[in-house]
Amino acid sequence: MSFNNLDQLYRSVIMDHYKKPRNKGSLDESSLTIDMNNPTCGDRIHLTLKLNNGIVEDAKFDGEGCSISMSSASMMTETIKGKHIDDALKYADVFSKMMLGEEIDEDTIDELGDVAALQGVSKFPARIKCATLAWKAMEKGVKNESK
Amino acid sequence: MNEIRKQFPILDQEVNGHPLVYLDSAATSQKPKQVLDVIRKYYDLDNSNVHRGVHTLGNRATDSYEGAREKIRKFINAKSTKEIIYTRGTTTSLNTVASSYGRQTVQEGDEIVISYMEHHSNLIPWQQLAKEKNAVLKYFDLEEDGTITLETVRNTITDKTKIVAVTMASNVLGTINPIKEIAEIAHEHGAVIVVDAAQAAPHMPIDVQDLNVDFLGFSGHKMCGPTGIGVLYGKEALLEEIEPIEFGGEMIDFVDLFDSTWKELPWKFEGGTPNIAGAIGLGAAVDFLTEIGLENIANHEHELVEYALSEMDKIGGISIYGPRDPNKRCGLITFNLEGVHPHDLATVLDMNGIAIRAGHHCAQPLMKWLQCTATARASFYMYNTKEDIDRLVEGLRGAKEYFNDVF
Repeated sequence: MSFNNLDQLYRSVIMDHYKKPRNKGSLDESSLTIDMNNPTCGDRIHLTLKLNNGIVEDAKFDGEGCSISMSSASMMTETIKGKHIDDALKYADVFSKMMLGEEIDEDTIDELGDVAALQGVSKFPARIKCATLAWKAMEKGVKNESK
Repeated sequence: MNEIRKQFPILDQEVNGHPLVYLDSAATSQKPKQVLDVIRKYYDLDNSNVHRGVHTLGNRATDSYEGAREKIRKFINAKSTKEIIYTRGTTTSLNTVASSYGRQTVQEGDEIVISYMEHHSNLIPWQQLAKEKNAVLKYFDLEEDGTITLETVRNTITDKTKIVAVTMASNVLGTINPIKEIAEIAHEHGAVIVVDAAQAAPHMPIDVQDLNVDFLGFSGHKMCGPTGIGVLYGKEALLEEIEPIEFGGEMIDFVDLFDSTWKELPWKFEGGTPNIAGAIGLGAAVDFLTEIGLENIANHEHELVEYALSEMDKIGGISIYGPRDPNKRCGLITFNLEGVHPHDLATVLDMNGIAIRAGHHCAQPLMKWLQCTATARASFYMYNTKEDIDRLVEGLRGAKEYFNDVF
């Protein structure tokens, strides 16, 4: 058995978010709701966002999925809370680039916080969709709202 | 069976630094050299269109294409090659029945009966047909061990039932269904039975006359053949009744400006240039399976399942879905390891050279019934060994430790 390669994927910070998800649950009915699933594997996310004057005041998620998809959702909500939606969308863009294995500058990495731990996912092509699910849901919701 | 394994060149490789253990044959099987050689030889020497060339290559291609049909006829003991229609695979076979026979016969208020364990391809065509016709879609309930009892079958099928569509072997639970008995009950009520044999044809003998089924579909790629080729078996009298759903070349008799007539069976259902190499490859796969013997394959897989079930039980924390009795199941095991999501498990195993399937297995209603969103599945074929299962079990133990102790 070998687990060396796996350590690039499964970092303690990821497993911590998986086992103790932040912002788990659902905001009240007045909030923006996005449901998304990954039909190929069955992962699903229910994301609720409270937007006020272009600021993401609160974010919660619920759902089912693997450690990568659920930890990514947990980290994403942490990162975007309190941020302007333009920044949230910028981070989503950075995250997509990160999943493609592109270099991200140090300052942006710092802004992303725990999310940076997901960089290793880019080396596991079959798992990229797991990591991007929550971000795609957030992008969809925010873009619809700002139309 | 070690000699057989050598005929699969793909198995002799390292994946992520470990010898490959391929446990995903229920998704698609590997192909023996014998089949690959036949396909190669067809393209090297005989490639030509079928049924129209007056030239020699055209004749050779046609002979091989139709020769494969005869092999397939024998393989499932159909009465005539008129009953063997080439399709793209099981999905197309089942959809063809739903959109031709189904559309022609089902009317408002009629019933279509399927089961909770159907693959999406034997569920959605009937669901959509029922919606279109205002017909009633009914499901056979499952027992706790994932089987269907004949009592349930008797209580569900009524005189209003026009079609019963059921899988012969479940791609998730592994359950082998009593097709012959279900067919008899369906016929007592004047219904036809449509069988999804995608997981059965590769692994156990099928005799369509003995089972007395009306339609049956299977795929080449799960039985050592290439992708993109499959079979729809239908009783000749039923196939004569129904209209083709695809029109074009190859399937016509006379074409006039305002009307056309169709070729005789089976060609009226084979519009367009068919998958010639695929059909010939499937013929070679049938030869290969017949030489080994379907009984031998079934017995070998049975032994593997029995061994795997007992070894997996020893790990602790493994839930196994479907019947516990190895006699009631085919060569696959769907399971979950406590505390480890199936996708994570599949990645850990893959890093150790072991290929399994994770997800909902194209059976979302069944997943709901099992009350889980995803499961892991290890599936076996004639080329798998007890050593493969030992590697799987070692991988499962490692994954359990990695996720539960490291973090």
